[in-house]
Amino acid sequence: MSVTDELKAAVQAQTNKSGDAGHPMEDFLRMDRIPHIWCPTCGIGVVVNCFARALEKIGIPLDDVAVVSGIGCTGRVAGYVKIDSFHTTHGRAIPFATGLKLGNPKLKVVVISGDGDLVSIGGNHFVHAARRNVDITVICVNNFNYAMTGGQMAATSPTDSILTTSPYGNFETPFNLPFLAESVGATYVARWTALHIHRQTEAMIDALTKPGFTFVEILAPCPTIFERRNKFGDGLDRLNYYYEHSEIKHGEPTANVDVGLRTKIIVGKFVDKDRPTWLDSMNSHLKRKLGDRFTPYEG
Amino acid sequence: MRIREHKKPFGFEKPSRPHGKIIIIDERCKGCGFCVEYCPQDVLELSERFNKKGYHPPEAVNDHACVNCGFCRMICPEFAIYTVEDEPVIG
Repeated sequence: MSVTDELKAAVQAQTNKSGDAGHPMEDFLRMDRIPHIWCPTCGIGVVVNCFARALEKIGIPLDDVAVVSGIGCTGRVAGYVKIDSFHTTHGRAIPFATGLKLGNPKLKVVVISGDGDLVSIGGNHFVHAARRNVDITVICVNNFNYAMTGGQMAATSPTDSILTTSPYGNFETPFNLPFLAESVGATYVARWTALHIHRQTEAMIDALTKPGFTFVEILAPCPTIFERRNKFGDGLDRLNYYYEHSEIKHGEPTANVDVGLRTKIIVGKFVDKDRPTWLDSMNSHLKRKLGDRFTPYEG
Repeated sequence: MRIREHKKPFGFEKPSRPHGKIIIIDERCKGCGFCVEYCPQDVLELSERFNKKGYHPPEAVNDHACVNCGFCRMICPEFAIYTVEDEPVIG
């Protein structure tokens, strides 16, 4: 009997003893893969909890949802959720999700991935999916570095942050993700931290129910690399830091919401506007040009 | 009707508040302390005992104060703690 089997047997025995249905997340997760590989005090598990709660509150059947992830710590989400999911190559989660959406427009397609995957390696795909306004939801878990490969500096690492490839501090200017998403045309942009449980759940509900390219950024602690190298303590200290330093400003112009290394973190819902989605634009445009010769594409 | 004919005494009933039973799955816990730090009723505390992985799982030291808000279940990154509805506490 391996160690993992032994752990699972112990959990099973305890769950049976408590005499109820078990943890509510057990219906949502592939329990044969739990315990997961995320470090103690990592924030990604919280995001998975909130995502499950958001789907539960919307009341959508799980068969109508698909989750796409890229590579990285957050990319593991696709392997742990018990709904249709795909673990794509590095940076290509959004193009895969676009194809999935166009192949079956009735599907609710969600991309859950990290900052390194979505906006560094897959930055071009992010820009063009938002420009076309493809009807997908992107949940970006931002931990400010490439955590799974050992903590290299990413496009979101704040200036002066110390990482494996920037031992004397980062001298580059990082991306401001809400500003990027708004300027290329996302219809919904919000940012919360892993501590804002109810608010991030509400943001996910808004993003999932709104048509168009919707973007939710969630700041999560990375205790093993970012917090350790920059002397923030562990993930719990980082949550306390979020508690003390985050300021809610709904509708703040996204140009002002940069995240510095030890500055105030501005969170909130920044953008909520309406634009025709890619499929709607295509159908209405071709209907106008071709008249009766064109049959609108419904999937 | 005269007062002595009422079966129940006058006045409002004592207010009741919801109560939850806390269930901690010890072997899944990685001892991060999120639930202990952010429980709004300060119900939990890290215990002295170890689980199989060598972490200290939390324990409910102030069990009757739990109001079944579910915050611990939402903030637990390991899916190791949850609450179930229990009999409401009166007073």
